[in-house]
Amino acid sequence: MRLSRRSAMAALAGVWFAHRGGHAAEAVHTITSVRLLNPGQPARDDVSVKFAGEQIRTVGDGGASSGSGVLSGKGLTLTPGFIDATTSLGLIDIGLEDSTNRLTHRTDDPIRAAFRAADGYNAGSAAVAVTRLGGVTSVGVVPEGGLISGQSAWVDLLPPGAERPFLNEAMGLHVKLGSAHMDGEPMGRGSALLRLREFLEDARSYGNTPADYDKNRMRKLAASRLDLAVGRDVLARKLPLVVHADAASDIQRVIELAQRLSLNVVIASGAEAWKQAKQLAAAKIPVIVDPLNNLPASFASRGARADSAKLLTDAGVRVAFSTFESHNVRKLRQAAGNAVRAGLSHDRALEAVTLAPAQIFGQDRSVGRVEPGKVANLVLWSGDPFELSTRVVAVFIRGRKMALTSRQTRLFERYR
Amino acid sequence: MPRFQDKPSPQQSRWGLVVALYAAGGFAACAPKVSDTPPKVAPQFDTVPAAVDAPWRVEASERRTQDLPTQSRPVLLKNARLLLGDGREIPSGHIAFANGRITSVGTGPGTPEANATVIDAGGKFVTPGLIDTHSHIGVYPLPHVNAHSDGNEATSPVTPDVRTIDAVWPQDPAIARAIAGGVTTIQVLPGSANLVGGRAVTLKLRRAVSARDMVFEAAPGGLKMACGENPKRVYGGRKSAPSTRMGNLAGQRSAFLAARRLIDEWDQFRKEDQKERSEDAKERAIEKAEQEQRKLREAWCSKVRSHTSQKRCAAWRRTWSEASDETSEPKSPKLPPARDLAKETLAAALEGRILVHVHCYRADDMARILALGDEVGFSVRSFHHALEAYKIRKELARRKIAVSTWADWWGFKVEAYDGIPENIALLSQAQAMPVVHSDSVEGIQRLNQEAAKALWAGRHAGIPIDTGKAIEWVTKNPAWALGIDARVGTLAKGKDADVVLWSADPLSVYSTAERVYIDGVLRFERGAAPDSDFEVSQ
Repeated sequence: MRLSRRSAMAALAGVWFAHRGGHAAEAVHTITSVRLLNPGQPARDDVSVKFAGEQIRTVGDGGASSGSGVLSGKGLTLTPGFIDATTSLGLIDIGLEDSTNRLTHRTDDPIRAAFRAADGYNAGSAAVAVTRLGGVTSVGVVPEGGLISGQSAWVDLLPPGAERPFLNEAMGLHVKLGSAHMDGEPMGRGSALLRLREFLEDARSYGNTPADYDKNRMRKLAASRLDLAVGRDVLARKLPLVVHADAASDIQRVIELAQRLSLNVVIASGAEAWKQAKQLAAAKIPVIVDPLNNLPASFASRGARADSAKLLTDAGVRVAFSTFESHNVRKLRQAAGNAVRAGLSHDRALEAVTLAPAQIFGQDRSVGRVEPGKVANLVLWSGDPFELSTRVVAVFIRGRKMALTSRQTRLFERYR
Repeated sequence: MPRFQDKPSPQQSRWGLVVALYAAGGFAACAPKVSDTPPKVAPQFDTVPAAVDAPWRVEASERRTQDLPTQSRPVLLKNARLLLGDGREIPSGHIAFANGRITSVGTGPGTPEANATVIDAGGKFVTPGLIDTHSHIGVYPLPHVNAHSDGNEATSPVTPDVRTIDAVWPQDPAIARAIAGGVTTIQVLPGSANLVGGRAVTLKLRRAVSARDMVFEAAPGGLKMACGENPKRVYGGRKSAPSTRMGNLAGQRSAFLAARRLIDEWDQFRKEDQKERSEDAKERAIEKAEQEQRKLREAWCSKVRSHTSQKRCAAWRRTWSEASDETSEPKSPKLPPARDLAKETLAAALEGRILVHVHCYRADDMARILALGDEVGFSVRSFHHALEAYKIRKELARRKIAVSTWADWWGFKVEAYDGIPENIALLSQAQAMPVVHSDSVEGIQRLNQEAAKALWAGRHAGIPIDTGKAIEWVTKNPAWALGIDARVGTLAKGKDADVVLWSADPLSVYSTAERVYIDGVLRFERGAAPDSDFEVSQ
């Protein structure tokens, strides 16, 4: 009893030190002789990458060293861990089972800015490990519902129980312009923009004199105190406003709103964003697209096309890719491959699943490139990461080697 | 079996007498010299078939009555790598086609026909047109607006009478995108809200203004059924049956038993109808023979002179005074059983005339559909979605049931929770018949990629599979599942010229269909804008 207790303490200490970084207890890994693909850089062959604890220490040539913690990358390709910034991963276990839904703040009020997806995220949801096996190491988890659905969180796909999986619990505030609902009915986009403007104006009023609000010396505002506080952060550019919209006309209105209120806006979905590519580039508004979305699925997305990522990139817009998925975020690399098929350069496609989402949400000091000082979120591939025949050989998140197992691999073993 | 043949049975003594009376007769009427033998006329009668056959046994009305001859100019693709669809490949060869059919496939550059379009496909790949067993294109067309919801007649859980051909919108913008993905043939099914959703139709993605011009003439019809969560969710939510899996099976069992009863009613009707019609025909044949014989004998009696003959004639004349020259009308036919489109469709499925396609995820749900089929008498041609098929793969292989499924979908509902990416590879290894299907206007554009993912998921898990198998999953196997394998699904002389030229190995994410031929006609060329009317000025 005493013994097991002591070993449990030791294990806990190990976890603690590993997370503190820079301690003797931390694991050191070196990947040698690997082909390194970094966004924005030419491919480099025969590279050695050393990381200790959570951090990448050195990225150098060759490296024939061997021993514990050394992994030969000969014939393999190393990339930054892939990032999908707009998923519902870990927020819902079963798509059609409401009892497993942690995506949505259930209320009649279409303004739910204070709702945080982080509160519902479950690293033990079966889809998280499945996603990791697809070479994705970080995701944004995004709430759904209403007009202003709430705040997303940036999460590293560590196994359940890990400390601080979130790099940011308030990654962005999400507005569902295209699919806004109020009282169970679709909200016209005119109404949606009206409510959004009203919310932001009242957030400004609240932000100017929060004390008056607390003393009940203000007129009735359009949202609750917690919601308004989030709106204040958006107005202060502390929090990006992620607007999910497809129609070019809606995107145009959002660009105007962003400029008038000097907001940090991101467009997500953006089926017709390519039609506003010049304006988006000028306003420095990035766009998150699904490269597989070339379908006129609604009247708002009649202009959807397979090469929209290329058109946006060519116009100078920062583009990130997303699957907008809950269970098949692992398709991200296939999506990137299809963007290349539709004409985008391989390097730009790699950027769109690594550095670009990190930049858009201010995480590029930590992730998005394999560089000394960055967090060791790394994926080792058997070949071109976008190619369907390529296998994920190893996944490191915060320097920890992930087990390549999931509920699915265990079912396979059971029935093979 | 005809009931009345040469030898009448004892029960038909009336016929027996008549036949005996006229036995060894013959037509003597035309003899120029008056014979001593009086003329005899034997009634001529054959067995008369029942007036009508059961409607599901005659040609289904959505099918054309015959194949339309296709006019297409000769084409030769040479120096291509040919993936034949049956697992084999020709590293460098040619394929030629004309008038809608493949005329030659083989090694070497081939010989162009006169006026042939010759394309040097060096470094490129050729496959049969891809086939999707599961699509709702045209019945849930894009964009997804209320007016376009034509795929689920979700007003009653058993609607075998509805047919997708009656709803398909040939301007669905998804069609051009599917073709750009190398797809040439699809089965359009009703959705899965209903236990029995209705009739599916197999279409070739020809350019057409009417969906009827897209119908794959030689394809048998399909019946869509669904098990598991969807029907019980849709109807249970309305507090009507089914609300449980028990209700699902009860609804399906009742529907098939009712259809079985219709088959019995038809069999009985046809038996009785045939008997009545044959009896009536015989009576009228005898009547007619008697009238003819009387006329001949009247003529004969006016010529014969012998005493014996005159005596016979006098006796006959006494009966002739009452004889009539009018022939009686055929009896009014017996009315067949009332038409019942729903039961008729199920009857056709019971008789194997249309193929049964069942939406089913869980292994136990599939097993109970198989048991139901054994009980009421239908066999399943293909399970669809079937994410747990790997759990019963030997049984599915033994019964030769195709398994139409995805490469990696899972988790969107409880019955999809156990989906694994090795499902298709495990089925293939067990000699079952996996098919990569889409059920999606996104997925249908990349069936080749879905097949590649399923292939590599298996290989990476240590299941040895040839790459040629992955092509079978989107060509030969779906052709079998739809009953059109004699016509499409592989590249061989005489088969339909549904041919795709790929820029690179179709199992690569970077490969794109450069040319797609349907019935030998160039339907798509890389870079072509989507051609649906809906896309105009969008």
